[in-house]
Amino acid sequence: MARIDLVDLAHSYGGNDAPPESFALKPVTMTWRQGGAYALLGPSGCGKTTLLNLISGIVTPSRGKILFDGQDITPLSTQKRNIAQVFQFPVIYDTMTVGENLAFPLKNRGVQRAEIDARVKQIADLLDLTPYLNRKATRLTADAKQKISLGRGLVRSDVAAVLFDEPLTVIDPELKWQLRSKLKALHRELDLTMIYVTHDQTEALTFADTVVVMHDGGVVQSGTPAELFDKPAHTFVGYFIGSPGMNIVSADVSGHEARVDGHVIALHRNYGVLPAGKKIEIGVRPEFVDVAAPGSGLLSAKIERIDDLGRIRFARVRVGNAKFSARVPSGFSISGDTAGLIFDSAHIHVYADSRLVEGVA
Amino acid sequence: MDKTINQKAWFLVLPVFLVVAFSAILPLMTVVNYSMQDTFGNNQFFWNGVGWFKELLDPSTDLGGRFLASLGRNLFFSGVILAIEVPLGIVVALSMPREGWSVAACLVILALPLLIPWNVVGTIWQIFGRPDIGLLGYVLNNIGINYNYVSNEIDAWVTVIVMDVWHWTSLVALLCYAGLKSIPDAYYQAAQIDGASRWAVFRAIQLPKMHRVLLIAVLLRFMDSFMIYTEPFVVTGGGPGNSTTFISIELVKIALGQFDLGKAAALSLVYNLIILIVCWVFYTVMTNAGTDRPAKEGAA
Repeated sequence: MARIDLVDLAHSYGGNDAPPESFALKPVTMTWRQGGAYALLGPSGCGKTTLLNLISGIVTPSRGKILFDGQDITPLSTQKRNIAQVFQFPVIYDTMTVGENLAFPLKNRGVQRAEIDARVKQIADLLDLTPYLNRKATRLTADAKQKISLGRGLVRSDVAAVLFDEPLTVIDPELKWQLRSKLKALHRELDLTMIYVTHDQTEALTFADTVVVMHDGGVVQSGTPAELFDKPAHTFVGYFIGSPGMNIVSADVSGHEARVDGHVIALHRNYGVLPAGKKIEIGVRPEFVDVAAPGSGLLSAKIERIDDLGRIRFARVRVGNAKFSARVPSGFSISGDTAGLIFDSAHIHVYADSRLVEGVA
Repeated sequence: MDKTINQKAWFLVLPVFLVVAFSAILPLMTVVNYSMQDTFGNNQFFWNGVGWFKELLDPSTDLGGRFLASLGRNLFFSGVILAIEVPLGIVVALSMPREGWSVAACLVILALPLLIPWNVVGTIWQIFGRPDIGLLGYVLNNIGINYNYVSNEIDAWVTVIVMDVWHWTSLVALLCYAGLKSIPDAYYQAAQIDGASRWAVFRAIQLPKMHRVLLIAVLLRFMDSFMIYTEPFVVTGGGPGNSTTFISIELVKIALGQFDLGKAAALSLVYNLIILIVCWVFYTVMTNAGTDRPAKEGAA
């Protein structure tokens, strides 16, 4: 159990001399607190698995340091780091029974027999593996095998952190829910630091108290699910999280006003004069844009189609060249293919070169 | 079910049937026929029933004695070379590089002995081991080890075994290497995380994953060594005395040396049968090892 600090940590598979933009992980400094449930969220190739492998020691960083409880462990091998990791595909020791598989990490570290038995029993109970303990692990289903892999990760009580690398990829959707809630329960039960890598926002948002969003080798924002939803620090976070993603349109912003396609949208905060030469955009989540009957004072849009998600409907509309998603209020019926858009100005954010600009209230 | 009856399809099998008949069944039947007869000059044949087979299994007769002694030598030889080549092959495969240009170099070097014809291998070792002009024999004798495969039985055996190990360990190593390459990296990473020692990685991951290729290697090496003829024939000619006379060498002596076609035919049938049975046993073991034995499994 430990607090993990990353100090200017960066990695390139091409070596330290590779050009900075080719780094798989660009320099990052952050802290993972003891007992937290973290998710590393990002699309494939964004560097999240690299970051995970750096923490576990499978990959040695090109630059920077990793501290466990303030102690520099960067040069230590995986074995000496006291960390557990669960991989995308189940790793099972074929010749061993389920029980022996679970006991393997403890046996390798010379833990007392009685202690091993007790711990294996506890973990098997938590993962509902008790009936299988004496069976050969090779003959089980993929999800049972992945549970064994999870179990091997959790069986050591003294690990600094348990890392999960997209562990539910091979699991059926229905079992995914079960295993995910199981993991959350285990996190509460065992008081372990858990870092969970995924590209699935639902998985990340339901598992973690803190979600770290990565994009193109860098960390773009870390925060609670609510923070990521309400106030994305980067346009990438805006459209990666949420379904449909945030509307991002280029606009001219000055003071309390944003101008889109000749139409003025009021802003909640004052942005003064933004620096010239930067790409200025406004972002607003579809949940905060309502479709209304066309009228004066409303930005008028052309409706392209309506997506009915059951509980809620979203209209895909077009304003000039920009595409928007907007909520269709319940009971509102659309006539014709033009509509007006009503913006909730408190939830409009302004971005300069993709990064959030804080306005003055 | 409306099944069209069309016997003309049999004509399509006819060519294969003819080829198999002439290439396998008829020659085999000729051998079966010989094994029941005693042969004399001028193509005279006398019916002997199962007499030769009875003699073969009776160690007190000349034929039986020679057969059982050479069978014993064959089994001993196969046992020894398996005991050396399998562990050695695994060690070689484990110490081979996993990536980079050196992989290709290693593969080529390993493949070289496999590409040399059997009698060339025999000739190489025959000359290599000669005490007067061979590098190995000359050096050994000059550092005080009395080595002469022509006159000493143990030296002859050592030469034949070392020669086979030199010739065929590569095969085991290449098969094991293929098995090792098929293990995903995640297994090694997981083992690192689980704190496994080198030995534990071997026992828990590498050996189980090599299990099937090892069975194939054992099968191939057993069958091949059980049928060995050329190399010992070239090096020792079966000697000194009969000490390295394997079944195949004995067979050639009886068939071509003494021209006892009946005895030779009976011996080849039994020899063939042993190989078939061992093959079948290996095959059964291998296919059972491949499946996960679901029959034993109760409902989950």
